[in-house]
Amino acid sequence: MNLRKYLVLAGVTVFAPVGDSLLSYGMKQVGNIHLSNIPDLLLAITNPWVGIGIVMLLGFFASYMTALSWADLTYVLPASSLGYVLLALIARFALHERISLTRWIGIALVSSGVGFVTSGPEVTNRPRRSHMADDSAAPEHP
Amino acid sequence: MIRHAMSNLNAWLAILFVVLSSSAGDVLLSRAMKQIGDLGQWRARRGFTFVGLLIVRNRYFVLGVGCMAIAFYSLLFGLSWNDVSLIGPAAASLTFVANAIAARIFLHEHVDRRRWTAALLVAAGVVLMGL
Repeated sequence: MNLRKYLVLAGVTVFAPVGDSLLSYGMKQVGNIHLSNIPDLLLAITNPWVGIGIVMLLGFFASYMTALSWADLTYVLPASSLGYVLLALIARFALHERISLTRWIGIALVSSGVGFVTSGPEVTNRPRRSHMADDSAAPEHP
Repeated sequence: MIRHAMSNLNAWLAILFVVLSSSAGDVLLSRAMKQIGDLGQWRARRGFTFVGLLIVRNRYFVLGVGCMAIAFYSLLFGLSWNDVSLIGPAAASLTFVANAIAARIFLHEHVDRRRWTAALLVAAGVVLMGL
């Protein structure tokens, strides 16, 4: 692991909770969507908060793809779950919300889970054939 | 009363769809990225556009994005019926466990005791944080 890889994991960690929060805020403005009006889901993206949330989630997606290109899925997912902790800390110290004892225990569990997985190797199953090893496998003019 | 029950039913239906489709999407995307190789190295050697085209031409990536789109709209559907404090933690924690199982079966990752412990700790922590 080097600085670049830690920054990529930080991107996964930060973009996802911020994007989810914006989506939640936007969907509360949009209101309930009934099963008979499923196409309304497509119109929901015209809400600005939903739109900004989607941009954030695109940032998450780019970081996530990059992380998966050099690390296992079972490494990336727990390692990037510090976002939940980040969200709770923002709620406590920036928004001055009250954090219950149960939530603090949850924060401790998530943090220890992240500690567990990041203390091990990021990849356990090397791909049989990587395009990097064989540049000719890549399209010349993709 | 009926509205409350319907709200819960729709929320859990959405959670089920989110867990199944996002796990399938994660596995497919992970397989796509492993096939392609380190994106940072590709970008340094061949440029950003090349990397983008390399990714979107991978069939596992396309299928994975399709699954993620289903997960995304299931999440939106769920959020329109219930609070993010239920939908978020429930879907996320179940997805952690589902992903560990799927990664072991389909990606042949070595999910050792350390990774199982991490997945379960994070899943339990996420549930507690949502209470």
